[in-house]
Amino acid sequence: MSKDNIGLNLEYEVLRNDFTKAGEASSNIKKILTQLGINSSIIRRIAIATYEAEMNIAIHSLGGCITVNVTPKEINIVALDNGPGIEDIELAMQEGYSTAPNSVRELGFGAGMGLSNMKRCSDKFKITSQKGKNTRVNMIIYI
Amino acid sequence: MKLKSIQETLNAEVLTGKEFLEKEVKAAFGCDLMSDVLAFVKEDTILLTGLVNPQVIRTAEMIDVYAIVFVRGKKPSQQVLDMAKERDILLMTTDHILYNACGILYSHGLKGLDLEEGAIV
Ligand SMILES: Nc1ncnc2c1ncn2[C@@H]1O[C@H](COP(=O)(O)OP(=O)(O)O)[C@@H](O)[C@H]1O
Ligand SMILES: [Mg+2]
Repeated sequence: MSKDNIGLNLEYEVLRNDFTKAGEASSNIKKILTQLGINSSIIRRIAIATYEAEMNIAIHSLGGCITVNVTPKEINIVALDNGPGIEDIELAMQEGYSTAPNSVRELGFGAGMGLSNMKRCSDKFKITSQKGKNTRVNMIIYI
Repeated sequence: MKLKSIQETLNAEVLTGKEFLEKEVKAAFGCDLMSDVLAFVKEDTILLTGLVNPQVIRTAEMIDVYAIVFVRGKKPSQQVLDMAKERDILLMTTDHILYNACGILYSHGLKGLDLEEGAIV
């Protein structure tokens, strides 16, 4: 299979607070995209975007999943969790804003750069969330 | 700068990946914030950090970093060593603190990243 005739759907569960496994989904996605022969700088952007999304689900949510849809034109990533949602998305998007606890900062996360990293790596970026419900991040990267 | 020269200059102990000592990096980045590493690190960069958890290896993997120096004599768990080995990442540890380790490498000609050129993407 090459990237010119692909139609591939990947789905990964991301567990809450599991920092040993966190990153495995992104690692897998990166491996598969590399096998498909996608350009390495595009893969880097996808790897950063999915990894930040995966960490956010593990750190800030009750758990969720990441789905990746690969077509010959683009990579469509959806990070969807089971809540608790974000009250003020504009605030959450600000660089440096973070509600991560100290235990997470000790792992090197919680600098408040994740969402802006994800946006910067995407050609299209959309975050929707409702407090008390859930958060959905949709990122599209053209290939 | 060759990884071997970095090891000698920092008087560092190689923890895994001896076979990659002949590889060469163009720049270094010293940081304990993984999102900053993800945002700024470009190709052929060695990472210096005081963190030794699995997320450091994951972060390196995402952006194709193949060499990491742990400072302050820190050593990761066997699990982290295995993760690095699986991913062909060389790990070394030096007794220098982060600031000094970076300064020593800089004074030996290994520059930092040029942010003027923009982040990697
Ligand atoms: N999936 C999510 N569910 C709930 N809150 C989130 C989620 N993702 C991000 N947030 C909120 O947005 C803030 C900023 O996120 P981010 O930019 O990734 O920085 P960091 O993860 O370092 O805190 C988080 O601290 C958190 O309050
Ligand atoms: Mg984050």
